[in-house]
Amino acid sequence: MSELITLNHGSGGKQAHELIRNLFARKFGMPEPMTDSAVIKEQGIELAFTTDSYVVDPLFFPGGNIGKLAVCGTVNDLAVSGAVPKYISASFIIEEGFPLKDLEIIADSMAEEANRAGVRIVTGDTKVVGKGKCDKLFITTAGTGFLRSGFEHISTGKKIITGDRLIVSGALGNHAIAVLGARNNLSFSSSVVSDCASLNNMIQSVLAECHQVHFMRDLTRGGLAAVLYELVQISSSGLIVDEISVPVEDPVRGLCEVLGFDPFYLANEGKILIVAGENEYEKILKILRSHPYGEKAALIGEVTALHKGNVILNTTSGGKRILDIPSGVQLPRIC
Amino acid sequence: MCLSVPAQIIKIEGQMADVSIGGALFKAGLQMVENVRVGDYILLHAGFAIQKISEEDALETIKLLKEMNDLENIQLP
Amino acid sequence: MKYIEEYRDRDLIMKLADHIRQSAVGRYSFMEVCGGHTSAIHRFGIPSLLPPGIDLISGPGCPVCVTSADFIDRAVSYSKKENVIIATFGDLIRVPGSSSSLEKERSKGADIRIVFSGLEALNIARSNPEKIIIFPGIGFETTAPGTAVTIKQAKEAGLNNFLVLSAHKVMPPVMDAIVREGIRLNGFICPGHVATITGSGVFGFLPEKYDLGCVIAGFEPSDLLQSILMLLRQVNRKSPVVEIQYTRAVTLTGNAIAQRHLSDVFEFTDAEWRGFGTIPDSGLRLKKEFENFDAAKRLPVTISHHNDNPSCICGDILRGLKKPYDCSLFRKACTPENPVGACMVSAEGTCNSFFKYVPDE
Repeated sequence: MSELITLNHGSGGKQAHELIRNLFARKFGMPEPMTDSAVIKEQGIELAFTTDSYVVDPLFFPGGNIGKLAVCGTVNDLAVSGAVPKYISASFIIEEGFPLKDLEIIADSMAEEANRAGVRIVTGDTKVVGKGKCDKLFITTAGTGFLRSGFEHISTGKKIITGDRLIVSGALGNHAIAVLGARNNLSFSSSVVSDCASLNNMIQSVLAECHQVHFMRDLTRGGLAAVLYELVQISSSGLIVDEISVPVEDPVRGLCEVLGFDPFYLANEGKILIVAGENEYEKILKILRSHPYGEKAALIGEVTALHKGNVILNTTSGGKRILDIPSGVQLPRIC
Repeated sequence: MCLSVPAQIIKIEGQMADVSIGGALFKAGLQMVENVRVGDYILLHAGFAIQKISEEDALETIKLLKEMNDLENIQLP
Repeated sequence: MKYIEEYRDRDLIMKLADHIRQSAVGRYSFMEVCGGHTSAIHRFGIPSLLPPGIDLISGPGCPVCVTSADFIDRAVSYSKKENVIIATFGDLIRVPGSSSSLEKERSKGADIRIVFSGLEALNIARSNPEKIIIFPGIGFETTAPGTAVTIKQAKEAGLNNFLVLSAHKVMPPVMDAIVREGIRLNGFICPGHVATITGSGVFGFLPEKYDLGCVIAGFEPSDLLQSILMLLRQVNRKSPVVEIQYTRAVTLTGNAIAQRHLSDVFEFTDAEWRGFGTIPDSGLRLKKEFENFDAAKRLPVTISHHNDNPSCICGDILRGLKKPYDCSLFRKACTPENPVGACMVSAEGTCNSFFKYVPDE
C-alpha cells in the first residue's frame, strides 16, 4: 500500500477494499466476509447493524442532498441484509460559517425520507469545527433493524449456484452524473437526477414472496463493477454479463462517451443487484418492475462455472472482453 | 486519436455553442468550424467542435456496410 | 444516439467479421497509433471477432504514454509553487514522473484541477488574477488546435497569468520512426481524429516511401472492422494506398481553419517521446510572439533528468516489438494503481488495456 492516503482509497475500488481489509478489519478482528451490515445475535435477538459517512460534494444536487442520501444509504445497507430497518443515529460535523438555512433544509429532507422509509432517527451528535477544518458538512450515521430469520445468506452469498441469474433494479450511473453536473466545473449540464431512494419497501416486497434470492447488494461507489467483483470473490465462480441488457439512460450514456467514463463504474444510490435462482428470476423481475424504484429492472447476466474469478462481458457489438475491478477514481479524459 | 464524440448543436451564441449528446449538454468552441447551424452535428473534442459531420458520408458508410452481403460472392478476397 | 449507435449494430458487425474471415488468407500485422483506437478495440472486444491470423499491434498513439518523465517533473515542480494552479486534462494526473505525480502532489495540498478544455483553464485564469494558471498541453494534432485557440483568446484578453506547458506532438514523424525501427508491418490503421484535422494526405509517405498501405479509421466497432477489411484487401491485392474509411469526418485536406490556428501559434521542434528518445520536428512549441504564454520561457524550472526504470519495456511495447506480458513488471510491480511506465497509466495505454481487458490466459 502507498504511504499516503489518496482519493483512490475512498472510491470503493480495489485500494479501498485493501485499506479496509488490511488495516481496519485486521486490527479490529472483524469477521470475514465483510458485508454491508454486521449481524449481531444475542439472547435470541438478531440485529443488523451498519454505519456510514456522507461527504458528498456538492451538498445539494438534482434529486436530493447529503441528508436524504444519509438516510437512504443507511436504510439500504440494512435492507439488503434482509433486515427491517428501524432506528438511525445521525452525527453532524459542521464547518464554522455554514448557513443555518441550509442545515434546516437538510434536516427536513432527512425527516421526510425517514418518514417515507418508515424508520426513526432516534439519536445523534453535533460538532462544529473551525473554518477550513471540514468541507462544509459531514454526516455519519449508524442504523439498526431486526434481521428476519432465514436471510443471512443474502449478504454472504452462500447459496449462490451456477445458473443463477443477475438482476439490476434499474438504470446505472444517475447519481454519479447528477453530482458531477452539480459541481459545475466540467462545462456540462443535463437533466439527470440522482436515483437516491430508500429501497426497503421494494426489497421487502421481493423477500416476502420469493425464496430464491441468493444474494443482494446495493450499488454504491465503484458501481456495478465493484459488486460484480465482490460476487466472483464470494462465490468462487465466474459471471457472464450482457452489456446490451444493462440499462443506462441516454444522457448518462452521452456523458460517458464524452468524458471517457464507463457506466459500470459509476456510483448509484438507489439500485440493487440481486442474484436469483433460475426458477424465480422472472417473478422477482415482475415484483421489482411493479415498484416505482424498480421500473427499469433488468436481467443482465448469469453465474457460470466457467471463467472462474472473472466477469466476462458480451459487448453490445457482439465481441467479448473482461470487465475488471474498479481501481481508483475515474478521471475524465481527452484521449 | 482521441475521445471525440458526435454532438448536435442546440444553440449558438457567438463563437460558442451548446451541443447535445443523448440529452447531455456541453459547451463547444466553434473557432475551428464554419457555416454551422442549429441542428447540425459536430465532433466534440476537449471543448471544441473539430469538424462538422457529413450526414451524406455517414449515410453512405452505413449504406455500403448494409449492402455488403450482396457483393459477397463477387468480390475477390 | 446519432452517429454512434448505427455503427454498433450487432448484425452489421457479424457480417463484417464474416467478410474479414473470408478475406484473411494469411498472416497480417496491422498497427494502430491512436489511444482512442486501442481503447475502442479492447472495449468492443474486437480481437474476439477476428480470425487468428490477424495481429493488431498498439503503437505510440497515446499522448500520455509518450509524455516524458521530465515533462511530468516540470509540472510537479510548478505545482509546488505557492501561487500556481495547475489546470490539466484528467489523463495526466496519474502519470508517473521520476519521483512523484500530479495526483501525489494534490494529496499533499497542491492546487491541481481537472479541466475538460483549455477554455476552462482560461476561465480559471480569469477568475484568479492573483494566481498563475498553468495548462499542460498534451495531445496530438486533434487537441493542439484547441490549445492554439485558447492561447489566442488569452492574448486577446490581455491575460498575463495564463501559461501553457506544451508537450503537443505530431504523428507522421513517429510513424516514420516505427517503420524504420519497429516490427515489420503489413499496414497501418491511421488515427481518425488526427486525420480530421490534418487531412489524409499527410499519411501519403507510407505507401510512397515504404509500400505500406493505410486506412484512416473511425472509432466505432463497424468502423474498425471495415478498416481492417479494407487493409486486408489492400495487402491481398498488393496495392498499398491511403484510404479513408472515416469519410463522415475525414477529407484529403482536412480542417484548414484548425490547421491555420495551429500554424499561427505553434512551430515544429524536436521532441522527446518516452521510449523513443528524441524525434526531430515531431513536437510543437509556442512561436516567439506568444512567448508570454509559454511556461517554459516565463517560468523556467530546473529539474534533474532521471532515467526510466531499466526493467520497464514501454519503448519496445510502443514499437510493437513486445507485448505487455513480456514485461517482468506487468501485473506485479506495474499496475493501474501503481504505474511504472506510462503505458500503464492512461486508460488507453497498451498495458492498461491489457490489464483490464485481456484474460490472463
